[in-house]
Amino acid sequence: MGFWRNQLSGPTDPAADAAWETSEPRKGFFTDTSICIGCKACEVACKEWNGVPEDGLDLLSQSYDNTGALGASTWRHVAFVEQTSDRIEQARESGRKLVSLGMPSVRSGDEPALAGGGGTATATLTDTLTDNPVPDVRWLMASDVCKHCTHAACLDVCPTGALFRTEFGTVVVQDDVCNGCGYCVAACPFGVIERRSGNEGHEKGPQSHGISIKGAGGAGDTAKGSHQNQPAHASSNGEVKNVGIAQKCTLCYDRLGAGQTPACAQACPTTSIKFGDLDEMRATARARVAQLHELGYPEARLYGVDEHDGVGGTGSTFLLLDEPEVYGLPPDPRVTTADLPDMFRKAGYAGLTMLAMAAAAFVGRRK
Amino acid sequence: MTTNPFDADRPPERTRRRGNGGGGGGGGRNGGKRRDESIMVPDVSFDSYYGRHIVKPAPWEKEVAAYLFLGGIAAGSALLGAGGAARGYPALQRAGRIGAVAGAALGGAALAKDLGKPSRALNMMRTVKLTSPMSVGSWILTAFGSFAGAALVSEVARPVIERRSRGARSGGAVALVAKALKLADGPATVGSAFFAPPLAAYTAVLLADTATPTWHESYRELPFVFVSSANLAASGLALVTVPTRENGPARKLAAVSALAELVAFERMQDKLGPTLSEPLRTGKAGRLLKASRALTVGGALGAVALGGNRVTAALSGAALMAASVCTRFGVFEAGMVSAIDPKYTVEPQRERLEKRRAAGVVDDSITTAR
Repeated sequence: MGFWRNQLSGPTDPAADAAWETSEPRKGFFTDTSICIGCKACEVACKEWNGVPEDGLDLLSQSYDNTGALGASTWRHVAFVEQTSDRIEQARESGRKLVSLGMPSVRSGDEPALAGGGGTATATLTDTLTDNPVPDVRWLMASDVCKHCTHAACLDVCPTGALFRTEFGTVVVQDDVCNGCGYCVAACPFGVIERRSGNEGHEKGPQSHGISIKGAGGAGDTAKGSHQNQPAHASSNGEVKNVGIAQKCTLCYDRLGAGQTPACAQACPTTSIKFGDLDEMRATARARVAQLHELGYPEARLYGVDEHDGVGGTGSTFLLLDEPEVYGLPPDPRVTTADLPDMFRKAGYAGLTMLAMAAAAFVGRRK
Repeated sequence: MTTNPFDADRPPERTRRRGNGGGGGGGGRNGGKRRDESIMVPDVSFDSYYGRHIVKPAPWEKEVAAYLFLGGIAAGSALLGAGGAARGYPALQRAGRIGAVAGAALGGAALAKDLGKPSRALNMMRTVKLTSPMSVGSWILTAFGSFAGAALVSEVARPVIERRSRGARSGGAVALVAKALKLADGPATVGSAFFAPPLAAYTAVLLADTATPTWHESYRELPFVFVSSANLAASGLALVTVPTRENGPARKLAAVSALAELVAFERMQDKLGPTLSEPLRTGKAGRLLKASRALTVGGALGAVALGGNRVTAALSGAALMAASVCTRFGVFEAGMVSAIDPKYTVEPQRERLEKRRAAGVVDDSITTAR
């Protein structure tokens, strides 16, 4: 039973669950947004290495972010958020609250941790710290990427087996298997994976640029009867491949196989994007957030490090300086397949109800 | 408010628009500097990144919504056909069998057309994957289609062959085929009836097993809405196609499933809560679902009260089928709306997170302080 219990949620080793016999340590990123300078070298390096086509040259009036969001042709996305002092104070307040919750880094036994329990000790600890003065403005920059979840909804719902778990614990699409059903797109709780639109061959047709629908500020509402991305531009110069197929970050599977660092981490000039064994990444993340708290930045917090969260922990971990939704990340994602047994059960009852209704219709005297 | 010499050169203040592109909570607060200064209180209580959606809407077009209807009507028709075969309603049996195959075939074609790579539609048959409702559904549809197809072949071919075999020798090939068809008829009918409920119910799991907020959170009631809607559509089709002396079962089914659907839908809205049920109540989806309720009530009343008349029976039947179409397109559209507006992702997630924290559970959050 132990093996089956955590197949849909909870902490587990995904590569072992996928029946890999060679035991590579699970790989992952730690993206420390506190030292990101927004140079977008990661975006460029990713496109160059992976041959990801151009996906729109638009000005989105979102600070320096003209990429929009993660998508089929954007596997690294640098978010830019401009904040004034009141928002910074708010971020600090939520950070302090988070610290005072006294979240245990390791679960002690199986008993649920109580808020009152470890909380008091940490609260007194933070009281002794002196926070840095709140600046007038700040500019948050954060390089977002596929989370390579422990329980990856995209992989679970893929009907063709095109998505698979690698020996490094990452999740990769097989371009030659995917038939573009788009189920993974709807299933991803982070909105990462997307079906590539446009025309095969030369880039002339409409291309996804990851913005879609509600779109850029000022650009107006682009959703007109269709839920598909309808970018306006057509001019470009590259080859488009894998049109109609779901695409996302592979954590540079080809490079990992050769013992190399993924292109984005390799290109990052400030080491904001770190790559390595996931255990090591989580340890680095914990050390870094403790250091920032000590230096008087209570707004610093980690994202994806806890393997008890709704997706069983993520392979890409982040250090954030505000609530996740400010960066466009979900505050409490939960892998949809965690509820799948219950869904099938309910559907089973519904099926029986349908049968009963039909049977009831034939009860009675034949006219 | 302070003034300075440059005030004269300021651009005119933008008019306030809820949920405009850069708006949402995020644009309003994050990009606050150049904002209209007359707005002192942000109009949305959640943060977002420039109002962008967090989860992506399914890249599905109308074909998938149409499939929800077609698969449903196929499943319900198979049940009516099987019931007709068992209880001796030949016209109902025939209409049910034709409806089952036509619905499944058109539905399957609609699904294939919506694929990013329709040429790879058969990759669905590459594997059996229980964690993927789409994989499970593909196999259900395949099995259902095979049985329903066999039943229809038997339905159409048997009279023809039997007529011909009467003149032929008893040991001939034609007689053998007639015998095989006679033998296959029963299993084909039972098989199509066996796979009909899964076919009607799995589409609810298909929608619910996504990160689309309104679809996922309705997973407890959505299957009941969908199977009722399937029965409703099938009874509608039977009312249109079957003469009045055989439409008794269809009229009863219309009444029962209309009631079931109305109850299940109300319950679903209640359980979703005010935020997540909003997409079901407002906008295009709200209008579709309102129309669906009106058509359901009208069609069911018409079927029960006026089903004895061929014309009114057919009109009621058409209304019931239209009701099913509206239900499917409405639920489909509501899910899209809930995925596109980050409010529906952030607010319920925040709420459940705070609730857990208030209850003392602090070790299962994705955001941690250490």
